[in-house]
Amino acid sequence: METLQQLIGNIQAFTAIGAGLMVGLGALGACIGMGVMGSKFLEAAGRQPELMPVLQSRMFLLVGLIDASFLISLAIGLFFAFSNPLLQAVRTAAGG
Amino acid sequence: MSTEAPMGLSEYITHHLGNLTVQVGPGGFWTLQVDTLAVSLIFAVIISLWLWSFARRASSGVPSRGQAFVELVVEFVDGQVKDVFHGDSRLLGPLALTVFLWVLFMNLMDVLPIDAIPRALSLFGVEHFRAVPTAEITTTFAMSLTIFVLTIFYSFRAKGFGGYMKEVFTEPFGPWLAPLNLLMNLIEMVSKPVSLAMRLFGNMYAGELVFMLLAGMIGAGSAVLFGLGVVGYLAWGIFELLIILIQAFIFMVLSVVYIAMAQQHH
Repeated sequence: METLQQLIGNIQAFTAIGAGLMVGLGALGACIGMGVMGSKFLEAAGRQPELMPVLQSRMFLLVGLIDASFLISLAIGLFFAFSNPLLQAVRTAAGG
Repeated sequence: MSTEAPMGLSEYITHHLGNLTVQVGPGGFWTLQVDTLAVSLIFAVIISLWLWSFARRASSGVPSRGQAFVELVVEFVDGQVKDVFHGDSRLLGPLALTVFLWVLFMNLMDVLPIDAIPRALSLFGVEHFRAVPTAEITTTFAMSLTIFVLTIFYSFRAKGFGGYMKEVFTEPFGPWLAPLNLLMNLIEMVSKPVSLAMRLFGNMYAGELVFMLLAGMIGAGSAVLFGLGVVGYLAWGIFELLIILIQAFIFMVLSVVYIAMAQQHH
């Protein structure tokens, strides 16, 4: 019983670290990407204001593309945090 | 939220992630997700009837408000299609309109309160119900695989069997590296539908999960957490509205771009 608890605790700890890394690093990357793109958009819009509507729709397209990979990692991180499939394997192995 | 039964946050979320399913055959493959199918089909019917009724009553005079709105949407989508695709857009225009509106409406289920539909249906004995079809990997993959089949169909139609095979075997590096070319092209081909489906699914799934977390905070029983939860729910809801629109837009634009790319001669 003692070892089973330790095993579960171990898995939970590693999962928590993994989920934190997923969410944190994903957010970091998305923020950097979004910042670079936003600054370039403002530069371009300042240089050629007549291109603003075209650039704006392209920018929103890219916002979604950049955001997507972060949100996918957020989803998978949260999924692991709340219904951990790895833990299930231990529980079934323990017969409960 | 979880007022009557003392449910933990983890159980609450796992409960909400369960589908209403019907087993129609042996094995996991033949499990129908009734909630996903029902909601998506209902929206398909609603959108069709909505557009059809305005198309029937369309007048060339002063348009009614509803007609003006439909024209706005159609012209927006048509403009986006014409931006990336220069050719016969008799199929692609309506396809893009369908994809955009359908994904948009299915995504919009996400802004309904997370407990509203499951709680209402639980009065009728329905235990699990997931209201957002696009937060379901099956829906997004079904749509992206349809786009995938269409890209292949358009490739064959635009280039012919020989021309397409020539492109697949000789494209990036020339004829002497045919196996490598085939490999690269296969990877490119497979990555398109996978990324298209995963992008929409990931966004909607993450949105749903964050809503669940905040709903759990609201129902946690302490006043501070309640306040934080309400503010967070509101903020995330507003952000989610933006995401919903952008993701529907991206799904449409990328579908059109993939099909337009399939028709291009290199």
